[in-house]
Amino acid sequence: MTRKQRRLVLIGSAMVVLAVAVGLVLNAMRDSIVFFSTPSEVAEKHVVAGKRFRLGGMVLPGSVTRGDNLQVGFVVTDGNTKIPVNYRGALPDLFREGQGVVTEGKLDAAGTFVADTVLAKHDENYMPKDVADALKKQGHWKDEYAKEAPAAPNAQGASR
Amino acid sequence: MIVEAGHFALILALALALIQSIVPVIGVRRREPALISVPLSIAPAQFIFALLAFGALVSAHVTSDFSVINVYENSHSLKPMIYKITGVWGNHEGSMLLWVLILALFGALVALFGSNLPSTLRALVLAVQAWIATAFYLFILTTSNPFLRFAHPPLEGRDLNPVLQDIGLAIHPPMLYLGYVGFSISFSFAVAALIEGRIDAAWARWVRPWTLLAWMFLTTGIAMGSYWAYYELGWGGWWFWDPVENASLMPWLAGTALLHSAVVMEKRNALKIWTVLLAILTFSLSLLGTFLVRSGVLTSVHAFATDPTRGVFILAILATFIGGSLMLFAWRASSLSQGGLFAPISREGALVLNNLFLTTACATVLVGTLYPLVLEVVTGDKISVGAPFFNLTFAPLFVPLLIAVPFGPLLAWKRGDLLGAAQRLIAAGVVALLALAVVMAWTWGGAVLAPLAIGLAVFVVVGALTDLAERTALFRVPLKISLRRARGLPRSTWGTALAHAGLGLTLMGIVCETTWNSENILTMKPGDGTSVGGYAVTLVGFSQHQGSNYRETVSTFNIRVGGDEIGTMTPSKRTFTTRGSSTTEAALLSRGFSQLYISLGDRNDDGSIAVRMYYKPLVLLIWLGAVVMAFGGALSLSDRRLRVGAPQPAKQPRSLQAAE
Repeated sequence: MTRKQRRLVLIGSAMVVLAVAVGLVLNAMRDSIVFFSTPSEVAEKHVVAGKRFRLGGMVLPGSVTRGDNLQVGFVVTDGNTKIPVNYRGALPDLFREGQGVVTEGKLDAAGTFVADTVLAKHDENYMPKDVADALKKQGHWKDEYAKEAPAAPNAQGASR
Repeated sequence: MIVEAGHFALILALALALIQSIVPVIGVRRREPALISVPLSIAPAQFIFALLAFGALVSAHVTSDFSVINVYENSHSLKPMIYKITGVWGNHEGSMLLWVLILALFGALVALFGSNLPSTLRALVLAVQAWIATAFYLFILTTSNPFLRFAHPPLEGRDLNPVLQDIGLAIHPPMLYLGYVGFSISFSFAVAALIEGRIDAAWARWVRPWTLLAWMFLTTGIAMGSYWAYYELGWGGWWFWDPVENASLMPWLAGTALLHSAVVMEKRNALKIWTVLLAILTFSLSLLGTFLVRSGVLTSVHAFATDPTRGVFILAILATFIGGSLMLFAWRASSLSQGGLFAPISREGALVLNNLFLTTACATVLVGTLYPLVLEVVTGDKISVGAPFFNLTFAPLFVPLLIAVPFGPLLAWKRGDLLGAAQRLIAAGVVALLALAVVMAWTWGGAVLAPLAIGLAVFVVVGALTDLAERTALFRVPLKISLRRARGLPRSTWGTALAHAGLGLTLMGIVCETTWNSENILTMKPGDGTSVGGYAVTLVGFSQHQGSNYRETVSTFNIRVGGDEIGTMTPSKRTFTTRGSSTTEAALLSRGFSQLYISLGDRNDDGSIAVRMYYKPLVLLIWLGAVVMAFGGALSLSDRRLRVGAPQPAKQPRSLQAAE
């Protein structure tokens, strides 16, 4: 086999693998990507029921209700719009009223967000970046959220 | 005083790094031996000063000197001593200091143990190391100085994030950094080779052990981090496809590819240009990982407070080193000589295939990690790319690679015999099919893909051992002779077989855990019983404990199988008073390679408590496989060292000529 043939085989197989990879990536991008929205964006965009997305905002103080069988209900707000959320399961340690939260799930027909994931955050002072940005944009940012933040430690070096 | 001395030592280390950056380059240009040998004494000195700086920070943490801002923010006088020490690298500034310390350590090692390297190559390698070191010393001193003090020192510190007060943090970050930063050596060798414009098999023989060493540390580091997340975060998950995890996975994938292509270069003098490019890319991905983690650019489970000056600085470092080295590569790569020929079906061909799949898989991870960032910058849309994306892209690319793994070592160099290799793998194939059939029958009606994946994992493990059986002629000659042959095999052969078998073990663990993991989430009161995965679990009661800097509520669970008590599990909730935050300490009970996992949720007013329990079959294989992989690497490394230290063969004059 000459050098040229060898190179052709190499380049050919590389092309095939790359093409497959690009196909897989494009396919996965269509189906498996989840958008992040704040309650106001959900209201503006009229997100259809059954579409999976991440809802981020603040847990409205006084809105947490606990039912039987680990059912939890709470309201996520960005100051303008409120969306009720239902979740079944144990909440992360850092879930608290008045704190930022990111949940993942779908809207049901009645407009309630049925979450199957409530994201755990490492730090009690931590405001999820998406949530902080959204709150700042809408003028509901309070300085006390950020006050502690620069000093907040991180799990980074540890990378978990 | 000690803190100021540490600060000063760090500045001196920067000064030494600057000298080490410039002098050897001038020396090589002017061919002055005196200048060329300068970095040999400077690199160890630079390491000593970096060590002094690090030691000063450790002593400030150990003595709880709260006049130092870094100590105040991350420590507390009541914190246990071990966490006072590990807390040094549990924060941004300290972890960057650890980063440069390890960088300086590797530079010093090259200076001290590189006596059989050509002197100009060694000088240039050390110069490139010093360029990286200079950039990071400047980064630390200007944006992340751990030695700053308060004008009015507070009396007590803010304590370390409770999640990080764990023994996992003592081991995981240093391991990970040894891996990340270890790849800087391969990078420096690649850049030095490009500057010199020559490269040969001796180069690969030198690069391979360093890459192997870094790879071993990175493998154990990633596995440690995964296990830490598993037991500390209380969710029973061991991999989240979080950007920060991807940041460590990408250099691992590229480093694994580099490891394999360096073999081809060393043994067959082929794939030179590709190997150099991989060496550059691997460290570039390490730098990218540092950027992603340290700049706060990510929305990540890893909370990170943003400070844009740091982000911009690291971005500049990233652009300089990645852009610069790639430009150098584009400019000089054509001057490197072409290597030997080989047929597509050959050991070289198999290793090329391995490289192809590993780099492509790495590219999909890169896309999945960076796409959300790019999209946010371009359109403002915020998306998250999680496990589903990677399951659809990364996994399909890994399957053909895994099928090919057992074939590689059985193919001959230059021209291999695929049919012959397949025949020798028949036994492995039969065992794999049997495993597939058994699992399929056992879980009839359940998951379809999982038994196939188990079959694949068994094929990888048995296939890896087939190579050993072939070489020792097991079952064809008396056992005694086989054993003698096994002792005579080169350690690198054992290393390869073990590393490949480890990969199969990890796959088996992953498949079993994700497919047959059973979960039970409920609220329990003392006396309540339930079951998970065939184990009867009873909540006995609660008790209170006082730790050194926390209070904890321990719940005691009784575990029974068929009426026999096999143990108690005591998960707890810890409340850390200083930060007013709490952590969940999960309880683990190992049964063989499987584990029972209990973690606690909130306590309700009526005295009940939310409990998450999981039964995770064969979950320990995930990390055991990684440990076996790293052990294989260690075996291979011990073999390599013997050979590197061995006297040069008689061909030396010729190979020197070829190198010119």
